[in-house]
Amino acid sequence: MGAEVFAFYLFALSTITGGLFTVLSRNPVHSVLWLILSFLSSAGLFILLGAEFVAMLLIIVYVGAVAVLFLFVVMMLDVDFASLKAEMSKYLPLGLLIVVILLMELAMGLAVWVPADGAQAARDAPTPIEFHNTAALGLLLYDKYFLLFQLAGLILLVAMIGAIVLTLRHRKDVKRQDILVQIYRDPDKSLSLKNVKPGQGL
Amino acid sequence: MTEIFSQLFFTIGGVLSDLMSSNFGFVLILLGQGLLMAVFLLLSAYFLIYADRKVWAAVQLRRGPNVVGAFGLLQSGADMLKLVFKEIVVPAGSDKFVFFLAPVVSFVMAILAWAVVPLNEGWQLSNINVAILYVFAISSLEVYGIIMGGWASNSKYPFLGSLRSAAQMISYEVSIGLVIIGVIISTGSMNFGAIVAAQDTDYGIFGWYWLPHLPMLFLFFISALAETNRPPFDLPEAESELVAGFQVEYSSTPFLLFMAGELIAVFLMCALTSLLFFGGWLSPIPALPDGVFWMILKMGFFFFIFAMIKAITPRYRYDQLMRLGWKVFLPFSLAWVVFVAFLAKFEVFGSFYARYLIGG
Repeated sequence: MGAEVFAFYLFALSTITGGLFTVLSRNPVHSVLWLILSFLSSAGLFILLGAEFVAMLLIIVYVGAVAVLFLFVVMMLDVDFASLKAEMSKYLPLGLLIVVILLMELAMGLAVWVPADGAQAARDAPTPIEFHNTAALGLLLYDKYFLLFQLAGLILLVAMIGAIVLTLRHRKDVKRQDILVQIYRDPDKSLSLKNVKPGQGL
Repeated sequence: MTEIFSQLFFTIGGVLSDLMSSNFGFVLILLGQGLLMAVFLLLSAYFLIYADRKVWAAVQLRRGPNVVGAFGLLQSGADMLKLVFKEIVVPAGSDKFVFFLAPVVSFVMAILAWAVVPLNEGWQLSNINVAILYVFAISSLEVYGIIMGGWASNSKYPFLGSLRSAAQMISYEVSIGLVIIGVIISTGSMNFGAIVAAQDTDYGIFGWYWLPHLPMLFLFFISALAETNRPPFDLPEAESELVAGFQVEYSSTPFLLFMAGELIAVFLMCALTSLLFFGGWLSPIPALPDGVFWMILKMGFFFFIFAMIKAITPRYRYDQLMRLGWKVFLPFSLAWVVFVAFLAKFEVFGSFYARYLIGG
């Protein structure tokens, strides 16, 4: 067994283990930690495929940002875990039903799966060493599919603006700090020095 | 007699070269290199603590550590031994596994990022294409040590400290990422070797990226301070508000791991500053030879600035810190990325911004 095969089975096994315990774990924080293990192992699988750019993006975006937000929310939840445990048996049949449906869909899909002509040849072709997959992805996204990529970005931007507009509430009764006003404040105009004589006061 | 010896040496040399070219030998070499890097990092951490305290003391007109060993050089070792031999206190109701996982994650991630950092041309454990992304990814994982430590302690102060620092580290990661993108656009590569090679011009110190990316240098350095929780942004462990932040419940070796991890992360930021903006191992004067000592010198200089900032600045307030990150640094670095992309694409100043033109 070569090193690559060993690494593949290691990453694949820890991905599946992470996914399994994400579902089975009693404590939601542990679930998120298992999810992070799953993300990291999938990044390892991407590296084995030679897609190092995608692997790094997976770590930066999902592990470095998304999972932190998950963890943030889950940590601050004040949930009675004992009651959650009791619910699990209640929802088990429904979960199993979804599993069966997914498996059937996968089976139906795989049964009629025919590889395209030349797919095997393209896979066997050696990747050119001088061509980094970061540059290749950049050419695809920013040159070939420029419009589609920008439109996808626009949709995300609209969603973001929508969320902000829906939740933004400008409260007028709150004192706000204006840093520039503070910086440009003139001591001569806001302070006055008085010479107080002893025993006389002002 | 000499013939026998030379025969013996020849045989041993043959066996050694056979061993080294085999898979097992490859693993051995990799392990040796990794150990060498780890020893370098731990040794530098040892002396960095000492240097940090000496600088701090000098600013405050004190002597600093000067009792243990000559000039107090053994003080860090004494502190380390003291910490190691203390009792490990585990808070009641804490999540034990996560509690001990947190310092290990914090330490391991700090060391892991050094796998791709070169100290000289080719002096790195792994020369990968996406090196800078790798460093960025690993340093974004460092936040987990703090979050997990704060949560697992089952205590209010550590929890509040960890929530603060998670928000802080994520906020400043964004601007660090955008600064890095500017450098990547100028270079046309994410490899550290290529980034340093792109700064290798005939003008010595004036060919480095600090000149074309001058505003970003300051932005990067301040963001690095916030990212590594150094003063003036050490809010996760603000003593006056949160006792010691996420570290409150930690004692003994776990605390040592946190502290060493933090220091190695600071050192990583020093290395990144020298690689991205100050030409790494290139010499400032073209007549002098390039070499590893330039890199070490630059890293030491930036650590000195880190220590000086710690000594002379008061702590930031938390809401002002977030305002600075999101409302000042983020728009500015975003605008700079667009600006640099424009200058590099249309070669406005020749190869000043578009270094890939001159075969960097």
